[in-house]
Formats: sequence, C-alpha cells, structure tokens
Amino acid sequence: MAKNPNKTPMRNQKPEERIHNFNEVPYGYSEEEALVEAERCLQCKHQPCVKGCPVEVPIPEFIDAVLAGDVEKADRIIKSKNNLPAVCGRVCPQEEQCEEVCVMGIKNEPVAIGRLERYVADYNLERECEPVEDKDMVTTYPEAKGRKVAVVGAGPAGLTAAADLAKYGFDVTIFEALHETGGVLRYGIPEFRLPKNIVDKEVNAIRELGVDIKLNTVVGKTITVDELFADGFEAMFIGTGAGLPRFLNIPGENLNGVYSANEFLTRVNLMKAYKYPEYKTPVIISDKVAVVGAGNVAMDAARTAKRLGAEEVYIVYRRAEEQMPARDEEIEHAKEEGIIFKLLNNPIAIHGKDGRVASMEVQEMELGEKDDSGRRRPVPIEGSKWELELGTVIIAIGQSPNPLLTRNTKNLKTEFWGGITVDDNLQTSREGVYAGGDVVTGAATVIKAMGAGKDAAANIKDYLISEGKKNE
Amino acid sequence: MYEILAKEELAPTIKKITVKAPLIAEKTRPGNFIILRVNEKGERIPLTVADYDKETGQVAIIFQEVGYSTKLLGSLDKGDHIHDLVGPLGHHLEMEGYKKVVLLGGGSGTALLYPKVKGFAESDAEVITITGARTKNLVILEEELRKKSDRLYISTDDGSYGHHGFVTDVLKDILENEEVDLVVAIGPVPMMRAVANMTEPEGIETIVSLNSIMVDGTGMCGACRVTIGGETKFTCVDGPAFDAHQVDFEELMNRLTFYQNEENMAEEMEVD
Ligand SMILES: Cc1cc2nc3c(=O)[nH]c(=O)nc-3n(C[C@H](O)[C@H](O)[C@H](O)COP(=O)(O)OP(=O)(O)OC[C@H]3O[C@@H](n4cnc5c(N)ncnc54)[C@H](O)[C@@H]3O)c2cc1C
Ligand SMILES: Cc1cc2nc3c(=O)[nH]c(=O)nc-3n(C[C@H](O)[C@H](O)[C@H](O)COP(=O)(O)OP(=O)(O)OC[C@H]3O[C@@H](n4cnc5c(N)ncnc54)[C@H](O)[C@@H]3O)c2cc1C
Ligand code: SF4
Ligand code: SF4
Ligand code: FES
Repeated sequence: MAKNPNKTPMRNQKPEERIHNFNEVPYGYSEEEALVEAERCLQCKHQPCVKGCPVEVPIPEFIDAVLAGDVEKADRIIKSKNNLPAVCGRVCPQEEQCEEVCVMGIKNEPVAIGRLERYVADYNLERECEPVEDKDMVTTYPEAKGRKVAVVGAGPAGLTAAADLAKYGFDVTIFEALHETGGVLRYGIPEFRLPKNIVDKEVNAIRELGVDIKLNTVVGKTITVDELFADGFEAMFIGTGAGLPRFLNIPGENLNGVYSANEFLTRVNLMKAYKYPEYKTPVIISDKVAVVGAGNVAMDAARTAKRLGAEEVYIVYRRAEEQMPARDEEIEHAKEEGIIFKLLNNPIAIHGKDGRVASMEVQEMELGEKDDSGRRRPVPIEGSKWELELGTVIIAIGQSPNPLLTRNTKNLKTEFWGGITVDDNLQTSREGVYAGGDVVTGAATVIKAMGAGKDAAANIKDYLISEGKKNE
Repeated sequence: MYEILAKEELAPTIKKITVKAPLIAEKTRPGNFIILRVNEKGERIPLTVADYDKETGQVAIIFQEVGYSTKLLGSLDKGDHIHDLVGPLGHHLEMEGYKKVVLLGGGSGTALLYPKVKGFAESDAEVITITGARTKNLVILEEELRKKSDRLYISTDDGSYGHHGFVTDVLKDILENEEVDLVVAIGPVPMMRAVANMTEPEGIETIVSLNSIMVDGTGMCGACRVTIGGETKFTCVDGPAFDAHQVDFEELMNRLTFYQNEENMAEEMEVD
C-alpha cells in the first residue's frame, strides 16, 4: 500500500469556539488516525529520528508497538527514555527535533512522531495503566540503595533527573520553590496547550518511582546547598530554570496595566485567575492588549488575553515575519484566533492616564544590514512614530536565569548573564553539584531541559558509583 | 499544611498567628518575610515574620485585615491549618555599626517593625521606637516594644493615647535635638514618604520596607517592581528594604491601587 505523503491531520477545536474557553485546542488522534499515521513510518534501520530526539526515545520501536495494537507496550518503550511523554507529545518543537531528520520528511511530510507520542501517552493516562517498568529497560544499581541525591526545581529538567536517579536506585528528593510542581509546564504554558491534569498525572508517575517532592522550599533561602550536603545528600542536580523576566527599559513600563508575560501567565495558569473569583488571584485585561515579542511565550500570552475577553490583541515585534522565533504551529493558531500582527514595529514608550496604560508609542522599522546573528537588523524609519491605544501591555521579550539559588550559594560559578557554568559532564564549579536546563542554557525548550536532566542523572550515577565515592 | 498553634487579637482587625515551621524559624533574620496561601484557591500573600524562635521552631505573623485574604486568615482559629507557607524571603536588614537608631511604625507597620526593634536591641545601638495608630485601641505591641527599646514614644491621630498627632511629629522633635544615624520607617506609603522627606535634607540614612503587590516572591514575575534611584528593582529579591531617599513613592502608591476594584469584589463575597 502506498504510504500517505502527508501527516494525518489533527482535529482542532474551532477558533471561534476556542477563544471563549481554556480547553485544549488539538483533540489528539483517535485509534484509527494513530494507526494510519503509524503505518507511514518506514522503520529505518539507522533510526535518524532517534538521534534527533534529545532524550533518544526509541521511535520506530514504539511506533511498531502502536501498529501491533499494543499501546501499553508502546508506552513502556517511550517511558524507558522519556518520563513526560504526554507533555512532550504536545509541546516539543518536533519540527526541529525528531521530525526534522525523519526519512519520510525528505520527499514528503515527516511522520507525526509527536502526535503519536501524545496518543500513546494519553491512551495510558486515560486508562490509568499501572506504571509498569520493563525490567530490561531500566538498570538499578545495588550500590545506589539508601544514598541520597537532591534535585532543585520541579521543572522538566529536575523531574527528568529525579526520575532517572530514582530508577538507578537512589533516594531522591526534589525541592521546589513554588506550591506546585512542573515549573514552566505549570505556570507558563497555558491550559489550552497543556492541560494541567496531564502534568499532574505525569508528575504522579514520577512520585511513584519513589521520588519525594518537597514544595514551598526555596534552596538558597529555606535551606542552603551546604546544609543539604550536611544533611547527608551526596550529590545534587540544579534545574532552577530561567524565570527572571526582562523588561524593555522604556518610559512608562511600571504603569498599572503593564505585565511581564511571566506575571500575566503565572496569574492565569498557576493561580488560576481565569477562574476568578472562585480562585482569589485577579488579573486585569482591557479591551485592547498589546503583547511585545514574537516567541512562544508571546503567542501564549496573546492567546490567553483573547480568551480572557480582550477584543483586540496585537503582537508588536520589531523584526519581520520570518524572524519570529515562535513555532509555526503557534503562530498559525494565533492567527486563526484573530491575533493582529504588527511586525517591524518597535515600542519606544508607554503612555498613561491616571496611572494606567492608555497607549503605546511605536516606531516603524525596516530591515537593514545583517547583524552578528546573521539576521537583517531592523532600523527605524524616519518620522514614522505612531500611537497604539490600549489598556494592557504584556512584555514577552525573554527571561534570564532565576537568581535566588545562585545569589545565595558560595563558590558556584555563573556566566555574566546569570547562567550556571558547567563542564562537559554538566558538573558545576562545586564537586557533586550538577546543573542543566534553562538555568544553564538560558530559555530553551522542554525536551532540551529533559535531555540535560537525563545526562546529569547518568553522570551523577557515575560520580557516586565510581571508585572514590563508592559506599564501603 | 501548617497548624495554627496560637491566635491572638492584638487590636480590632490586627491579629497574630503562630505556626510551627522549623526550617523558616531557623533561617529568619529581622526583615525577612514569608508568602502564604490560606487555602487551595487562595492568593499568595506576603507577610513579615514578626517573631521567630529557633528553639521551638515557631514562627509568628501579625497582620491587619485589609481585604479578602487577610480577613480569611483572620477567621482561622487555633487548630486550623494554613495551606502553604514559604520563606524566609527577601534580604534581612544589616544592623551593625549604628550608634543611635530611630524606628517608626505606623498602623500594622508596627508589626513589621517589631523584629527589627528586637534585632537592634541586640546591637550596640541606642534604640528609639515610635509607634503610631489612628486611635488608642489600635496601638499594638506596646509592652513588647517597651522591653526592647531604650525609649518608646506612642502617638495617636485622635490624641486618645500618647502624643496627639503623627509619628512624624515625634520624629521631628527628636531630630531637632539629637544626633541620629539611622531611621527605619515602616507603615503606610504616605507615612514612609513623609519620613523620607524629613530626613533627606539632613542627610540621615533612612530605610523603608516596601509592601508592593507580589505573586511568587522569588523574582519570577516582576509584579513587585519598584523604581529605586531611577532603576527598576524587584521588592521580593532586591528588597523589601530600600534606601528611602531613592524610592519612587508616587509610583509605588499607584501600583498598590491596581487591583482595588477586584479586591473589593472579592471582599464582598462571603469569606468561606
Ligand atoms: C510561556 C512559555 C511557553 C513555552 N512553550 C514551550 C513549548 O511549547 N515547547 C517547549 O519545548 N518549550 C517551551 N517553553 C520553554 C520551556 O518551558 C523551558 O525551556 C523549560 O520549562 C525549562 O525547564 P527547566 O526545568 O530548566 O526550568 P523550569 O521549567 O523553569 O523549572 C524550574 C523550576 O525550578 C524552581 N526553582 C527556581 N529556583 C528555585 C530555588 N532556588 N529552589 C527551589 N526551586 C527553585 C522554579 O520554581 C521552577 O519550578 C516555554 C516557556 C514559556 C515561559
Ligand atoms: C514584604 C511584605 C511584607 C508584608 N508584611 C505584612 C505584615 O507583616 N502584616 C501586614 O498586615 N501586612 C503585610 N504586608 C501587606 C500584606 O501583604 C497585604 O496587606 C495583603 O497582601 C493584603 O491582602 P488582602 O487580600 O487581604 O487585601 P487586598 O484585598 O489584596 O487589598 C486590600 C487593600 O490593600 C491594598 N493592597 C493590596 N496588596 C497590598 C500590599 N501588598 N500592601 C499594601 N496594600 C496592599 C489593595 O489595593 C486594597 O486597597 C506585607 C507586604 C509585603 C510586600
Ligand atoms: S520527546 Fe520530543 S523530540 Fe523526542 S521523540 Fe518525542 S516529540 Fe520527538
Ligand atoms: S526516521 Fe521517520 S520513517 Fe524512519 S524510523 Fe524514524 S520515524 Fe520512522
Ligand atoms: S513577587 Fe514576583 S518577582 Fe517579586
């Protein structure tokens, strides 16, 4: 049978409906759709797709299990490498990872690996299958028994490191500053892209591996790195993420009605302001909203504002269409939902009335010479300033590493921009302390953070079960 | 979950709650605060650690019931639970190297002041405390402050107790007659601004503790941003104490009003 050149499409909630609710936009594959898609995989011997995945999910194997109708086995195969498949199947930028190098993609569209991963994970979460471990897929080390390892941060990096360390047999405790797990998965990525009950279920599966999670604990404040070592922890993984919001440093930025994307999204997602007043944290959105920036965070903020009832939502970005850093799928979804794109426009001031945002002054730009990053640099067009009237401005121009742990830990080397310095083994300047994810790389992706958590866990295992450190 | 071990009403609408939180008690120093959520659907609200004891692992907060969350907190009794508590957050205050310190607390600001008075009492400095309230029955912590201060002044707006007038009147008298090398002011923004305006021409070092609106308290959202000497700072990780002469009080006051309508709406709902 000739294979379908195109990906099996995913059914979505209609734009005119979904802008009024926070339910998930794509519905996920049905069994029939999943089988049709699984059929497209060529089962390549050299498996390029696996190398495209930062945690090396055994892609052809799990797709084969789907085809054979054994979705539970497919789940075990994925889980041997990836503890958050329902999350990754939804938010991975597959087009630049596994799917980018898929052989099917050379002439046709690549296999929809992410969608299949989501299908498998959801199938098993819905049926609440016991998290069965395939014995030969996980190696436990008797030398790890009873030895304590600390993980700081319950974002994707920390969760992955913790899961793997627990599988090796260590006694793992995660310390998380917030009152909920998940990091950005919880406070940043909105419900309509990643339902929080999915995060809950995947985190619970990690708890069932024996990982203890201590919430409301800020390492560096509530307890220090040194105290953890004194308490008998023998090694540590730091996955504290990049959550410190950047601002534009333009006049008017501290007016009421200007939010960082993090504050806006945290109020809505973590604190559930979209269910205000049932939940007690408010968020104020006016009829006209501008989101500054054009990455995934900006798209999430814009689409969230729309759902909260804003009539006009603008994306204001100083560069051009093809330079927008957001995933194509996110931009597409935003456009379908009526988000208005004001590209090549640079905000230069925010003006207020009675202490609240009234308008944003914007400078039109055109593309000039290429800059260091190889992108054509936007330059102002003389005499082309204009005013955009609005009541809310959301700044989504990036985040820097979280400052609390690094500021309060001695002898932990950091880069000038705040990231933690690590060597090739992801070890920091302190022995036994490893780090990975956004706090090392700057804001990146869920799967890269997970890859780092996985590598660090393996290195911590080697470090603790190597000669000098062996438990006599 | 944190069980409430003791609850006390210090004045109408001002309450003190003690919970066991050994890790926080161990680490707190004067000036630190915690963030709590009363229940699962609650907001995260910042409150100063008013008292702490490393031995017993107990931590006390003193708060004024101003809106929904503080009223809900005030409705809890001994034996009830507070859902989450995280801290200690923020920088503590440096207390060494001063000869004579004046500490002013206005309204429930006095609760925030108390740990600092205690801290300075242990330093070499002479400690002068001024506490002010609208009226006599709102004066709090009088005995505790008297014990820890070399001198204590009390003022009430209506003259029902102590000096008739504002804490700033008392401060003015002191500054006219004595050499003071540090002033610490905590209370409503207009009071802190008045103190700053009074000490600035004299060049007296002055510290205020800012009560910005917060969400996470860990430097992640920027809700708490304030302008200090023309630069944006985050109260939760850069403060909460700042050089009073550098603070943009106008902006702070404006930012504190942003959710007023929403808060009124929340308040009208039953405290459940
Ligand atoms: C709005 C938004 C949308 C995004 N969309 C996507 C997407 O679609 N696809 C994608 O791949 N990536 C996306 N990203 C990026 C992705 O979420 C991050 O790269 C990823 O979450 C990084 O994981 P992490 O574990 O390193 O850090 P985080 O997820 O930031 O987790 C760090 C955790 O550490 C905790 N912490 C910090 N300091 C301390 C401390 N001192 N003590 C204890 N705990 C501490 C934090 O509270 C947090 O829970 C998005 C990011 C945002 C903000
Ligand atoms: C570092 C820090 C330490 C604090 N310590 C104490 C303390 O020890 N005792 C105490 O009583 N209070 C303290 N506060 C203030 C306390 O956090 C607020 O009173 C509380 O969040 C109000 O919550 P609410 O829901 O009861 O009132 P809301 O309904 O939120 O507000 C009621 C009124 O107060 C205003 N408001 C909102 N948030 C604040 C705020 N953070 N500060 C002042 N006014 C606000 C609103 O605009 C409204 O007019 C502190 C604040 C900070 C930032
Ligand atoms: S985890 Fe992400 S990159 Fe890896 S296979 Fe799944 S979708 Fe692809
Ligand atoms: S590269 Fe594509 S077609 Fe080949 S095995 Fe991987 S998913 Fe299947
Ligand atoms: S409260 Fe969020 S950054 Fe300070």
